[in-house]
Amino acid sequence: MRRAASGTSPLVSGGWTPWLYLAPALVVLGGLLVYPIYQLGLISFFQYTQAQVSGGEPATFEGFGNYAELFGDPQFWQVLLATVLFAAACVVSTLAAGCALAVLLTRVRALPRLALMLAALGAWATPAVTGSTVWLFLFDPDFGPVNRMLGLGDHSWTYGRLSAFFLVLLEVVWCSFPFVMVTVYAGIRAVPGEVLEAASLDGASQWRIWRSVLAPMLRPILVVVTIQSVIWDFKVFTQIYVMTNGGGIAGQNLVLNVYAYQQAFASSQYGLGSAIGVVMLLILLAVTLGYLRLLRRQGEEL
Amino acid sequence: MSLLRARVRRPGRLAAEASALLIAVVVAFPLYWMVLSAFKPAGEIESSQPRPWTLAPSLDSFRRVFGQQEFGRYFLNSLLVAGCVVIASALIAFLAATAVTRFRFRLRTTLLIMFLVAQMVPVEALTIPLFFLMRDAGQLNTLGSLILPHIAFSLPFAIWMLRGFVKAVPEALEEAAYIDGASRARFLWQILFPLVLPGLVATSVFSFISAWNDFLFAKSFIISDTSQSTLPMALLVFYKPDDPDWGGVMAASTVMTIPVLVFFVLVQRRLVSGLGGAVKD
Repeated sequence: MRRAASGTSPLVSGGWTPWLYLAPALVVLGGLLVYPIYQLGLISFFQYTQAQVSGGEPATFEGFGNYAELFGDPQFWQVLLATVLFAAACVVSTLAAGCALAVLLTRVRALPRLALMLAALGAWATPAVTGSTVWLFLFDPDFGPVNRMLGLGDHSWTYGRLSAFFLVLLEVVWCSFPFVMVTVYAGIRAVPGEVLEAASLDGASQWRIWRSVLAPMLRPILVVVTIQSVIWDFKVFTQIYVMTNGGGIAGQNLVLNVYAYQQAFASSQYGLGSAIGVVMLLILLAVTLGYLRLLRRQGEEL
Repeated sequence: MSLLRARVRRPGRLAAEASALLIAVVVAFPLYWMVLSAFKPAGEIESSQPRPWTLAPSLDSFRRVFGQQEFGRYFLNSLLVAGCVVIASALIAFLAATAVTRFRFRLRTTLLIMFLVAQMVPVEALTIPLFFLMRDAGQLNTLGSLILPHIAFSLPFAIWMLRGFVKAVPEALEEAAYIDGASRARFLWQILFPLVLPGLVATSVFSFISAWNDFLFAKSFIISDTSQSTLPMALLVFYKPDDPDWGGVMAASTVMTIPVLVFFVLVQRRLVSGLGGAVKD
């Protein structure tokens, strides 16, 4: 057995042992993640509709035909723009709420902290489908309490494009801020007390402490929660599907995910649906890799 | 932290505590309304002046939900799917995290980066190829078509998160175990596994949620044999966009949320410390 020459962790080379340990993970990931990604790319280059699925006609290679059709469709661009804006709004609101409440948690005694923590865990634990229906019921024009409290009569939140998106945003932020809050709170607690002491002895304000001391120290955590939020919010499916009944009136609330699903499974345009999936995949990879590179350039370790 | 807190003057802290409590009430309100509405009699739910309490709690909505054919079956299916995903991904991720943390081998860094990138894959985009994969494997309309993809999707995050926990176990402990004559397998399962258990609890929360929440795959892969369906589909029996049975929807939602809530409360401490441990790395 060879000792690793240097480094902080004296790793050992175990011959085939590590590969034995890795085998189950690699088999599962290869078969159910890597291979489907390859298939997705492949299908996106084919004319693949109900006729090909049932075996009536052979699948014909189309090259970039599906992509040409997609990029030539004004609805695609509209959906793409809506997806990006909606995800950005969700990410920013979630991070702001999560970080602010994490800081608030450090400033209160045990009882209010427990109350807020439990409420947040409850929201976090709520499955997306039930969260969606509950929020719809809260904002129901006829029987919901929100319109009564706000004196809005029978105003329908799901009728207008923006108000429907807004309602979904509220639900998404409600169920995803707890992850950010709990993670950032755990991170703040791990920051050594002396550092904060020194900062406050120097007369730094709360905001200044957050910006100049906590935020830089918490950067690895903030990276994790930001990336997770981008990934989750960019591919919101259940909430949009349930709350706007499959994408809103005349598809006004479609996002890429739901759009791909509708094209593939409702219209049997599997090739076109796959092309949308590839576009999504590429956007998410570009965003995340770009962000990671930026952080690495600032000297952060992964 | 203590000094920071001590420096906050009393009125400031009271204001902070008041707002924390107020926010807790607002955040908890949807769940309160869900449970309340599940127990309201039909007349009170369909009232244009809803009250935040009920004078005549009724089990009618729950009776309707459990009277719904196969609701119990859906519930068991959901538990089965989530249980299999949690156990399988915990074991597989534990082995993989150990491999990339405690061994040096070629491609180690490459694999780590691959696990990181794999977390970014929007799994929803893979519904189409997975549909064909499951069809060709004869797995459509089976619980396997829901279990297998969720194991794969929760793995990269679980491996990444467990890494910190495996790393935290001192090398000396491993050496001591070998000197005492323990085999590698014995060290793995009898020493390392119990030490990493808190981390496994935290990762399990994530795999449990992803499996229990699953809506898209159940909708896409369980198409003809509805006895293989899961709770989200059962809920939609009551939610018809034009004419929802709100009592039924809220009762079914309550039944669907309670197990996750219980799970969360049970692992609450471990979850917070687990996230702290994972992100410290």
